[in-house]
Amino acid sequence: MKDHCQLLVIGAGPAGLAAAADAARLGLDVALVDEQKAPGGQIYRNIGSAREPVRSYLGKDYLRGEPLVAEFLRSGATYINNASVWYLDERLETGLLIDGASHFITAERLILATGAQERPMPLPGWQLPGVMTAGAGQILLKSAAMIPSGRVVLAGSGPLLLLIAWQYLQVGVKINAIIDTTPRSSLPEALPYLPRALPAFDYLLKGLSFVLAIKKAGIPVYKAVVDLRAEGHELLESVSFTTGRGKSNERTEISIEAETLLLHQGVIPNLRLPLAAGCEVEWDEQQQSWKTTKDIWGQSSIDRVLVAGDCSGIVGARAGELQGRLCALQAAHQLNKIDLQQRDRAATRIKRSLQRHLSIRPFLDALYPPARAYQVPEDETLVCRCEEVNAGQIRQAARMGCVGPNQVKAFTRCGMGPCQGCLCGSTVSALVADETGSTMEQVGYFRVRPPFKPITLGELANT
Amino acid sequence: MFRRVDETSVDTLKLRIEDREYEVPVGISVAAAVLLCGFNKVRNTPVTDSPRLPYCMMGICFDCLMTIDGIPNQQACQLEVRENMAIEIQRGTAELLQQR
Repeated sequence: MKDHCQLLVIGAGPAGLAAAADAARLGLDVALVDEQKAPGGQIYRNIGSAREPVRSYLGKDYLRGEPLVAEFLRSGATYINNASVWYLDERLETGLLIDGASHFITAERLILATGAQERPMPLPGWQLPGVMTAGAGQILLKSAAMIPSGRVVLAGSGPLLLLIAWQYLQVGVKINAIIDTTPRSSLPEALPYLPRALPAFDYLLKGLSFVLAIKKAGIPVYKAVVDLRAEGHELLESVSFTTGRGKSNERTEISIEAETLLLHQGVIPNLRLPLAAGCEVEWDEQQQSWKTTKDIWGQSSIDRVLVAGDCSGIVGARAGELQGRLCALQAAHQLNKIDLQQRDRAATRIKRSLQRHLSIRPFLDALYPPARAYQVPEDETLVCRCEEVNAGQIRQAARMGCVGPNQVKAFTRCGMGPCQGCLCGSTVSALVADETGSTMEQVGYFRVRPPFKPITLGELANT
Repeated sequence: MFRRVDETSVDTLKLRIEDREYEVPVGISVAAAVLLCGFNKVRNTPVTDSPRLPYCMMGICFDCLMTIDGIPNQQACQLEVRENMAIEIQRGTAELLQQR
């Protein structure tokens, strides 16, 4: 395998694919590294081999991945698949784990396009077998043509929850209930952003068509739900919750039998590699998440590192792709393949289109805020799924004087398990901030240290 | 808990989960195969011995750690099924491999 290239792109979702393809076309020696076996990222996962009828069920937004993957494959960029990044430092030396062997690759420029992960939704019983993320349900559909066979409930908030409901309806899955945890106050708070979102009316129409399809299918939808919990002994048996105030201003407690519960409350940037490279991150109050600080070209705070797509703030697939293209232009300019005028000329149309795709975000962010109850869960709720640390223990650590997640980790083992804090990081920061009356910026985030993935001594030695 | 969408025909392979033989579609992940075969857990946690199934299916959560072909701590969602693969539920912490 090659051990050096001019431009290394990490992540084969829309942003990474577009960045690698454009940069290769502009004459750079490009390698793209990705953990999956085929290009597409999570959004276009398995686009190259998904078959009918599943392809059509997934909708035309999914099929959009096809020309993008084709564009990448014929661009001349080197594609390194099935490769986990287990090491990255501020000198941009990148350690890859491929088929049980460790490799190192260096580059003059790095484009990080590591995408998003689902925002953790810690609630009582979320660790029970049978509870998964909505994204997991979608991945099973895309990559294995699998659907729930028993009673299925979707719960949480956000566009992806509507999308998977719509996709399941196409396949013919009977959804037993949709439990919406979006606070009632969100609609009036989102409306002022609606005029700004009008250029992206296609997003609005799509969302509306999902809502109408769900209504038409007669799926029970419970709104403004609180006290959501998964219940069962060693296996999910039921989902219980309290409904929002209805017309009679009353709340009702409801319990629904379920074998599968798919949770979702938005996505957050996957920051592990930007943090490892030393990139500055900032708290985004609107999106309630950390994001990598960057300029319009994707330039991060570290000279040779550019960032594109959801890892630099949630923007969605189409905007991510355009950001990838801007990154490619910037990298090609920095490495003397094109001059400033060529860069700016090529960027004009991309920027205009990007603006349109970004115009929907403030509205969506305000319409689907994560419910506070699942950002700072109650004491008994498990926060760290690996080391099994609950919210009460984290609050206790904060009261003892832990001022940030790194101290909490030392005292409680929270974030010290195999996922290295990916599933608890944002919750721990929120709990410490809440308990100590600090801001998220003051509290900060887990320090990221390699190895990012468990790696055996044998794999490390096997180069 | 999960089933396949009806497809015209699909290539399959044989593998073993907990010492029983199963036939699963080619190209799917180990985690998907274990769900498809109806298992109620892929591991028991080291701290409280609680059962877990895959949670994120995208390599983030590490809840799908299994012992595969004798090697513990493998992310079942990141590995593709292979003919004759031996998949075992991981109970508690992994143990060091014995010298063979």
